[in-house]
Amino acid sequence: MKRQLLMLTAAVAFASSAAAVELKPAVVFDMGGKFDKSFNQGVYEGVERFKKETGITYREFEVTNPSQREQAIRKMAQREANPVLAIGFAQATALEKVAKDFPGTKFSIIDAVVSLPNVQSIVFKEHEGSFLVGMLAAMKSQTKAVGFVGGMDIPLIRRFNCGYAQGAKYAVSDVNVISNMTGSTPSAWNDPVKGGELARSQFDRGADVVFAAAGGTGVGVYQAAKDAGKYAIGVDSNQNHMHPGTMLTSMTKQVGVASYNAFKGVKEGTWQAGVSVLGLAEGGVSWAYDEHNKDLITAEMKAAVEKAQADIISGKIVVHDYMSNNECPSL
Amino acid sequence: MLSQDNTSQGAARSPAIDLRKINKSFGPVKANKDVDLIVAKGSIHGIIGENGAGKSTLMSILYGFYAADSGEIWVNGKLTSIHSSKDAIATGIGMVHQHFMLIDTFTVLENVMLGAEQSSSLQQSKKSARAELQRLSEEFGLAVDPDAITGDLAVGLQQRVEILKALYRGAEILILDEPTGVLTPQEVQQLFDILSALRERGVSVMLITHKLQEIIAITDEVTVMRGGTMVATRETAETNKEELAELMVGRKVLLRVDKEPAKPQQVLLEAKNLTLLDSAGIARLDDVSLQVRAGEILGIAGVSGNGQTELLDVLSGVAAVQQGSIVLNGVTIDKDNVLNAKDFRHLSLGHVAEDRHKQGMVTEFSARECAIMGFQDEPEFNGRLLMDNAAVTEHCANLMQQFDVRPNNPHLKAANFSGGNQQKLCIAREIERQPKVLLVGQPTRGVDIGAIEFIHQQIVSLRDAGNAVLVVSVELEEVMSLCDRIVVMFEGRIVGEMAAVNADAQKLGLLMGNAGGDDSDNSATGVVS
Amino acid sequence: MSNKTLPTWIDVGVIPLINVCLAFLVSGFVILLIGESPLEAVQWMITGAFGYAEGIGYTLYYTTNFIFTGLAVAVAFHAGLFNIGGEGQAYIGGLGVGLMCMSLDSFMPWWALIPFAIAAGAAFGAAWAFIPAYLQAYRGSHVVITTIMFNFIASALMVYLLVNVLIEPGTMSPQSRVIADAAILPSMRDVFAVFGINIANSPLNIAIFLALICCVLVWLLLWHTRLGYAIRMIGFNEQAAVYSGINTRRTIVITMCISGALAAMVGINEVMGAQGRVLLDYVAGAGFTGIAVSLMGRNHPVGIIIASLLFGALYQGGAELSFEVPSITRDLVVVIQGLVILFCGALSLMIKPTIEKLFLRFFAAKERANV
Repeated sequence: MKRQLLMLTAAVAFASSAAAVELKPAVVFDMGGKFDKSFNQGVYEGVERFKKETGITYREFEVTNPSQREQAIRKMAQREANPVLAIGFAQATALEKVAKDFPGTKFSIIDAVVSLPNVQSIVFKEHEGSFLVGMLAAMKSQTKAVGFVGGMDIPLIRRFNCGYAQGAKYAVSDVNVISNMTGSTPSAWNDPVKGGELARSQFDRGADVVFAAAGGTGVGVYQAAKDAGKYAIGVDSNQNHMHPGTMLTSMTKQVGVASYNAFKGVKEGTWQAGVSVLGLAEGGVSWAYDEHNKDLITAEMKAAVEKAQADIISGKIVVHDYMSNNECPSL
Repeated sequence: MLSQDNTSQGAARSPAIDLRKINKSFGPVKANKDVDLIVAKGSIHGIIGENGAGKSTLMSILYGFYAADSGEIWVNGKLTSIHSSKDAIATGIGMVHQHFMLIDTFTVLENVMLGAEQSSSLQQSKKSARAELQRLSEEFGLAVDPDAITGDLAVGLQQRVEILKALYRGAEILILDEPTGVLTPQEVQQLFDILSALRERGVSVMLITHKLQEIIAITDEVTVMRGGTMVATRETAETNKEELAELMVGRKVLLRVDKEPAKPQQVLLEAKNLTLLDSAGIARLDDVSLQVRAGEILGIAGVSGNGQTELLDVLSGVAAVQQGSIVLNGVTIDKDNVLNAKDFRHLSLGHVAEDRHKQGMVTEFSARECAIMGFQDEPEFNGRLLMDNAAVTEHCANLMQQFDVRPNNPHLKAANFSGGNQQKLCIAREIERQPKVLLVGQPTRGVDIGAIEFIHQQIVSLRDAGNAVLVVSVELEEVMSLCDRIVVMFEGRIVGEMAAVNADAQKLGLLMGNAGGDDSDNSATGVVS
Repeated sequence: MSNKTLPTWIDVGVIPLINVCLAFLVSGFVILLIGESPLEAVQWMITGAFGYAEGIGYTLYYTTNFIFTGLAVAVAFHAGLFNIGGEGQAYIGGLGVGLMCMSLDSFMPWWALIPFAIAAGAAFGAAWAFIPAYLQAYRGSHVVITTIMFNFIASALMVYLLVNVLIEPGTMSPQSRVIADAAILPSMRDVFAVFGINIANSPLNIAIFLALICCVLVWLLLWHTRLGYAIRMIGFNEQAAVYSGINTRRTIVITMCISGALAAMVGINEVMGAQGRVLLDYVAGAGFTGIAVSLMGRNHPVGIIIASLLFGALYQGGAELSFEVPSITRDLVVVIQGLVILFCGALSLMIKPTIEKLFLRFFAAKERANV
């Protein structure tokens, strides 16, 4: 009975594959969900933009437990979705298994490296972007103390923290970097109350600029900075507009662009397997300078950051990657 | 004019309560079957019956807790329908429950007026309530200080507050449910005086009890219920205890315990200076010393809550010895040698708990599981890893056979047995091993008269086999007829001791209320005044 | 009183069934409200859970977890203890399984390793339950409060260990290295392959047999051992247990340790089976679902198997539903699951009086007819 059923589904799948010519992209969001105000949401906005521009709809799934990752990716592949975009490092193992079973399907994964001929891995050099906003923070600080509020305590966030500290010390060698993580469970990504508390405690300890790499928790950090008349730095997307005047800048990570490009690449035939590392040079990470914060950034600061950016791209400055050895020399 | 007179006369002659063909079922169980009951105005009417005879169901229907499946309720010659206690109060029916419905931290006045305030202003209500309470107290001779905190009052006075509460609400018909269970003999007498006073002023009283001597002492008429039906109604003056007991049980019953004089021998159980403090630091047992000899039954009399429970707990190992010591079959148990209940059993002690629902059995267990409580680790019930369930079942079936537990089904849930059969099972479990020392708490609480006789016989025959028995009971009759020697406890102390043949309710009652307890104190005050 | 009047088959069969139906009815209204067809949704859920081999595999894989946590809750419940800490005990238990596997996987195949893994997991889970149990028995801190707290502590501890200690250097994910292939429990697909039958791939592995064995063991423990007798007596009536000479404190501690060890078996299914490594949050709420499973299964192993199957189907069918009907998001699936828990757990006694009345009326009518 089971086998018959299986054969039947296989037959159906075969028939539909013969008929399918149009693009059927799919995305598997991770546990945070597509409205996490951070990473997954960035992806969501990217693929929505693709949908709007091309009129091509996509399939999506939000996983709720670890075993659903493989299940969802496999299902997308079985349903002839192409490409299948997996979001987050946690999906790497699942993607690897499925990609081996479906060599004809194109897979993209963000934030992790899977070395297979049909997988495109997109990773970012968050430490480079964090280096630049760290410099800005240190130069803006009157008190020679800057703060960092992380979300959940995982290596990725430590990478932000480490780059930020290195940048701050590069700009002002005796600056004091105060770091806090919001928590150790996924709820740390969405706890604005605690974020605000951490920010205020850092202000009390002397910091006057604080960088939040904490998803939804950051909202509380930015509000606390505004209330206290201090400066805050946004993350992932350009958040300068949230509190013009106290948002010093934002460290942007172009996950939306990367997702958009993954879909677009398959559509236009430019999609390539392999690893693409998006750092400052590739425009994958950057710092935001717009009408909301141009009064806060002096010409001198801007010049220093731009010089450092050029030096990083040229290799003159090496920003330490925490995840290369799970250590941070600057902290 | 004339016709009006006639009707009022007619109303005066019509009974206070007239129940006609009341039926009530709980599932397949018929709790009341075609019950007819007439209570004459201004009389005290006793309702007597064993547990499960349907007395409480009938009263609950009358007071609006249950609705009858069929039947009519006539109050003062009028057909009424009573759906709630509110309706009952409006009809003039008041009820004094076995467990008082009073708020301990309120004053008497506040308790009396609670729920029947006459004005939205508390001060106003209090003022009018105080006047009314004063009037009632004087009229019925129910003296209580309206400003006393209820919780501080003696139990007998609290019961008075309950009666006042009912009268305050305009009750002309008063239902008392087992009112004497918690009272000393003196308090019982006072209660009966009050009831007589109420009768004289035209109040009708319905007294529900299972104590035959109370029926004989106070009622005008008595109705006997058995198995949900009304078996008989008698003028109290024309009946006697023996007849009533026979009507209740349905066969001849021996009311006196038939036993030979005791032949006490060596001491098997001795308590030396036992003192037990509760978590609040109050002494529940205060320097208690006693001895129980082989071949005698020692009775502990006292109003419930004066340390009997704690004494049983310590003597059986349920509670640890804090101060003093116990010598059981030559083994000394004190705070350096604390033993648990199982160890006590190994020293040949049997313990029938005072409260089988709280302690002596697990009502959710099957009978077979209850039958091995305390003996669950004995090798005869266990294999190497698993319990020998077949042996447990067989053991229970044997107990049921020997002690006539019905229904004879070891797999039935304990809760589904009647109180008497539950108690028989508990006693069977403890007596079957012929313990050298048997502790029995409330041997016949909630047990039918038929079973009481059987239980008493079992206890006496254990004594006659040369074992020591200690009985705790709040039923004075039982203590006096079953035991050979009696000690009285009051507030955790032993306040008196006498041979059962010398005891009477008057003497014991004084000791239980500690009225004549400390002669030295009385004489001392006598000298000063 | 009411127990006497209703036959068992109504109490444990009909009433839970009606509760589930009510939950689906309310869910149906919610689905209708967002403009989807409830019938179609139910269809997707059922086919998703039982309609094809892979779906069945996932359903049974979730079922396995729920049996373990359900049994854990039930054992504690029989002693009158409400163990909310299954989540944390399973999490820490999985750590024990993972550590044992990682230290022995280079010399041992799975069949040699599994006794050690079970022992390590059980020891870790039991240890995690021991502290709340000790506090309850000897210090009077309520086990509900302490086990909840221990869930948080477990979560924080695991994050620390995974981020700082167990993490494979150079990787992004806070997870341990993968256990050697030979040491991972065979999946059902491998088992069937031995008999020449090819079934779809799913995380279902032989841990489900362990779950069924545990059901038998728990049944034996509770109703056929002295310890079980003591556990149940404490649950019904602690004073009676003292009266019977049972050391209630020690029994409470032992019961909680057994409960924790059972919850830890989730680690066998996940760490040694489906995931093949220790990773963040792999318990994914199974510990909490175990409470509902146990309540619904009337704390009896057979009931727990059935309830676990229902919740397994809800998890898998729910995933399928949100996959196939994009407007039904995973949050709505959680709503449906929540409604089932609400009706079967919290409100399980809501309809009982009504059913009782109906039954008695029917019963009475029948009796009259017989007369």
